[in-house]
Amino acid sequence: MMWLSPGEIDALHLSLSVAARSVAFSLPLAVLLAWVLTRHRFPGHTALDAFVHLPLVLPPVVIGYVLLLLFGARGPIGAWLGRVFGIELIFTRNGAALATAVMAFPLMVRAMRISLENVDRGLEEAARTLGAGAFDRFATITLPLMLPGVLAGAVTAFSAALGEFGAVITFVSNIPGETRTLPLALYTALQTPGGDAAAARLAAISFVLGLGGLLLSEWFARRVRRLLGR
Amino acid sequence: MLQVAVKKIRGSFSLDARFELPTPGVVALFGRSGCGKTTLVNIIAGLLDADAGRVSLDDDVLLDTGKRLNVPAERRRIGYVFQDARLFPHLSVAANLRYGEKRTAVRPYVNIDAVADLLGLGALMERRTHELSGGERQRVAIGRALLSQPRLLLLDEPLASLDAARREEVLPYLETLRDQLAVPMVYVSHNFDEVLRLASHVVLMESGHSVAGGEVAEMSLNKGLRSIIGADAVGAVVDGTVLGLDSSSGLVRVKVGHGELRLSAPNAAAGTRLRVQLLARDLIVATQAPRNVSVRNILAGVVTSVAGDDAESDLIAIDVGDTLILARVAKAATRELRLAPGIRAWVLVKSASLRAHPSAPPRAISGVRPGA
Repeated sequence: MMWLSPGEIDALHLSLSVAARSVAFSLPLAVLLAWVLTRHRFPGHTALDAFVHLPLVLPPVVIGYVLLLLFGARGPIGAWLGRVFGIELIFTRNGAALATAVMAFPLMVRAMRISLENVDRGLEEAARTLGAGAFDRFATITLPLMLPGVLAGAVTAFSAALGEFGAVITFVSNIPGETRTLPLALYTALQTPGGDAAAARLAAISFVLGLGGLLLSEWFARRVRRLLGR
Repeated sequence: MLQVAVKKIRGSFSLDARFELPTPGVVALFGRSGCGKTTLVNIIAGLLDADAGRVSLDDDVLLDTGKRLNVPAERRRIGYVFQDARLFPHLSVAANLRYGEKRTAVRPYVNIDAVADLLGLGALMERRTHELSGGERQRVAIGRALLSQPRLLLLDEPLASLDAARREEVLPYLETLRDQLAVPMVYVSHNFDEVLRLASHVVLMESGHSVAGGEVAEMSLNKGLRSIIGADAVGAVVDGTVLGLDSSSGLVRVKVGHGELRLSAPNAAAGTRLRVQLLARDLIVATQAPRNVSVRNILAGVVTSVAGDDAESDLIAIDVGDTLILARVAKAATRELRLAPGIRAWVLVKSASLRAHPSAPPRAISGVRPGA
């Protein structure tokens, strides 16, 4: 990648690293929430559903600000994490991952819910009569059958994480090599005199990454469908 | 002994059913669609909660709402064959079969080789489930349920979604299952022909209520049952032992009650057991020993009951030696012959109208059975 400057390569690496952390962190939680919201009715169901979807309807800057309040060095969660685990989120790539994860979370949950709604509950009943307990059924029947949705959710969330701007810059700022992801680098380039060429290159990278992600998920989904004979 | 007495109200539908089944045995839950058969089976399986009631199998209580006891479905050891098979689409046939086997905590009484043999699954093992025909799917579903080593097998219209040819393909396997493994079965059906071939007992369901129950022949006298199956399907099923081949006619001689029937049953060796279906409309009743008649099948017995069948005919139950059979005769004939309980009677039937299916005396299921 000789035609990219070291700063741009940094931004690319960082973006991939942040997006990967973001997806890895939120995936299990999203599966759990998708399952709870699809398969259970309880008081507060609607409220929880709305809460999960908040990042879709709020300005990203607001999310970044809320994260700052909660996870900042003096925020209730941030202070506790720092004291107990020595984890610092603010101005770090882990903080960037958290911000992108929160923003992409509703997209992930949505994709999984659609897939989960298509899993025949009769198959879970059949597994039950064959001696499988609740967790066993989920791990061996439900999860494999909703895998297309899990993958779609992961890819969508990964792409969204690569592109997240507002929440990241608000929460963890724009620090080269630590929190300056592709969109932040692109924004910085545009603000810099003579940065047009760099901006174009960064835009091209984003384009390639996005398209690649889509094609990959399509290919994967097709393979899974063939495996299930659909 | 399987004992069931449960109640459940669901909107405007109310289920109130009770029956008992001596084990091993096959009880058919019979009734029009929507009468609550599937709901009842789901409660027995533990997939659905009852409002009140008790379900017990041998000495094991599975549900007793009075004592707040409700064993979860996954621990009941009750196999379930669904109408739509419900094979796991992401697993191969072999993995489907082993799903229940892997999760059983008891010493297995049947292994995968025996099941493959019994149900003819050997060639299907590595297939994906969507490559199977309807009949094959049901056979795999039956095998999968069996390998979970159930104490009771529930079959909810397992043949209803199959065409006549596929049904004929699967039925013999169910007969083999009943005869060789002697797993007690609850068989839901609205096809009386299947009931006659498979069941020892029938429970009649009408709009959520179990209205009558008993052995198949005895239940054939039930008016409600007859109104569902139609007069032409009424009959009895009797168990007989093959005595040997009648070389002059090519028919086999089968001992039924105190008498003997000749019928066509290819490959039936002497000593094997057959279930013979005698439809009431095919039988002729005489009150004196018939002579000079062409019919070769004559059973002697005693009339045990006379019941009105419809405006023109009566249904006569005749005991031919610890075996009840049913004959339909015109009301005029009942009067002329003075047919009444206690009267000696002879029953005549043509060989061509007899149907026989393989059968075996059920063996008790108790722990491990070798070679099964």
